[in-house]
Amino acid sequence: MATKKIDTLEFEEPVAVLLKEIEAMALMPQTPERIASIAQLESRVTELRGEIFKTLTPWQRVMVTRHPDRPCMLDYVQHLFTDFIELHGDRRFGDDHAIVTGMGQFRGQPVFIIGHQKGRDTQQKIYRNFGYARPEGYRKALRVMKMAEKFKRPVIVFVDTPAAYPGAESEERGVAEAIALNLREMALLDTPIVVTVTGEGGSGGALGIAIGDRVMMLEFSMYSVIPPEGCASILWRDAKKKVEATEALKITAPDLLAMHVIDEIVKEPVGGAHQDHVEASALLAEAIGRHLDELLAMDSSTRLDERYRKFRQMGDVGIVDLNPPASEPTPASV
Amino acid sequence: MAWFKRTRRPITAPADKASRVPEGLWVKCPSCGQILYNKDLVANLQVCTKCAHHFRMNAAERLSVLFDGEYQIHDAGLRSNDPLSFTDTKPYRKRLDASIKATGLNDAVISATGHLDGIPTTIAAMEYAFIGGSMGVVVGESITRAIERAIGARQPVIIVCCSGGARMMEGTLSLMQMAKISAALGRLDRAGLPYISVLTDPTTGGVTASYAMLGDLNIAEPKALIGFAGPRVIEQTIRQKLPEGFQRSEFLLNKGMIDVVVDRREMKGTIARALRVMLGLPTAAPA
Repeated sequence: MATKKIDTLEFEEPVAVLLKEIEAMALMPQTPERIASIAQLESRVTELRGEIFKTLTPWQRVMVTRHPDRPCMLDYVQHLFTDFIELHGDRRFGDDHAIVTGMGQFRGQPVFIIGHQKGRDTQQKIYRNFGYARPEGYRKALRVMKMAEKFKRPVIVFVDTPAAYPGAESEERGVAEAIALNLREMALLDTPIVVTVTGEGGSGGALGIAIGDRVMMLEFSMYSVIPPEGCASILWRDAKKKVEATEALKITAPDLLAMHVIDEIVKEPVGGAHQDHVEASALLAEAIGRHLDELLAMDSSTRLDERYRKFRQMGDVGIVDLNPPASEPTPASV
Repeated sequence: MAWFKRTRRPITAPADKASRVPEGLWVKCPSCGQILYNKDLVANLQVCTKCAHHFRMNAAERLSVLFDGEYQIHDAGLRSNDPLSFTDTKPYRKRLDASIKATGLNDAVISATGHLDGIPTTIAAMEYAFIGGSMGVVVGESITRAIERAIGARQPVIIVCCSGGARMMEGTLSLMQMAKISAALGRLDRAGLPYISVLTDPTTGGVTASYAMLGDLNIAEPKALIGFAGPRVIEQTIRQKLPEGFQRSEFLLNKGMIDVVVDRREMKGTIARALRVMLGLPTAAPA
């Protein structure tokens, strides 16, 4: 049971106290009364967590998003799909380990699967480059998406990356071009695409695989144009202003739902997805399944038009048209 | 009392040594040090007459250089309403107001239609003086409308990029403009119409990772900084100094990311020749 582990975030202090108490009681002889009071304390923990997580600040949400035990893409793959086969390489340069692609069955529906994989322990993190994808990762993703289009299979995408890899080799091999091409081609890909931001939606590195008919976010995930730390060091000239930057950037799921950037918020288990991978996966599977059914029932031109309109309206909430009289031809001389 | 007490403020060099649109009568070239008469510089399209250093140009100058004569500006009335109510060290609204005042534009792009060497063409030019040419919701909407208008009129599209990337003060909405514009370019592409991306100094971040790199032709001005991550971020990541010329036009040309590096004075002619091939138009009569 995940709740037995005393691994709490700093704002969960009251929960940590209870958990210590439970741990101490668990070491004592288990009389029926003690078992009962442990159970009582455990339900109190759940209750308290529920309360605390109802009113998290944006920065606290970022801490949940970055929790080391938060389910990674491959955890969802394990819980959501059967007959999974991982597909490697972009057929151009190499195989990027920060983006995983493959095929499998989702509730008996054959699908293609794409997602960022951050890795959990140190060795895995290094192997996955901490989820920072290189150009070949984006090119591999596009290759697999084109295959999905060929076989008319839906694409399920999991987004969880701090950013595209900002290294010299990324630039040399054209990470900007790789992301740009994905944006254009995913908008036109003639097969359903369901995207979920499960963790960090880090800027262009996230967006590069995140164009779809539906874009959802897990309750405590984030989606941002720049990491809060980066924004703080540029605009505040002080990376320690990350809390302020997080609030200003409006990167939480409720904020982005309100601005019509995403379609739905997928609930997480009490206390965050890291508390219970199985339940988190079940909640996500329900949402993916529902959207997939809707999308498969649509004909392709309607689906593509709606996908276009979905991204077409993004930003409308932020524009006013001063609507000046029709502008007159301007003389060329400056 | 000292004999040589300094009574006047010393003459200081301008803090901003980077290339900028010169305003005085005489301008010193930051590259070769040549003192240039401003009128000569303007007549030479802001290119140093001695070393061909390309000074930065504003959006209106870009349009007047590329279009034959008169052109029609579209969507100039679009303005950001500060959707996040963003404040860092000062409110975003104040930054917007200052940029509007300084440039006479409502945001960092001018979209226009006109003729380029006789070819009806849609051009969007970015304005670096407006919050670093950053791409927010208005830039996204204006460029998307320009592309859609071009598809309707079956015209080629040219975007002159000059931008530090997505505008942080409009958050994730700015990020989504990359998707919005790229989707419109997808439709332009499938309509069989030409798109030429002109990359000028600087073109970085989310602009590079979307429309700047999606041209049928990606044409760069010489020595422009073009990249995704900024040089400082890369240096922090790899903990090494980057070599001279990294992320410059010639570097990208060598890496296969752009088609051709073209001197600004040749830009219009090159674009016109390319469009004639793409559109199957007869070549211009020899002058």
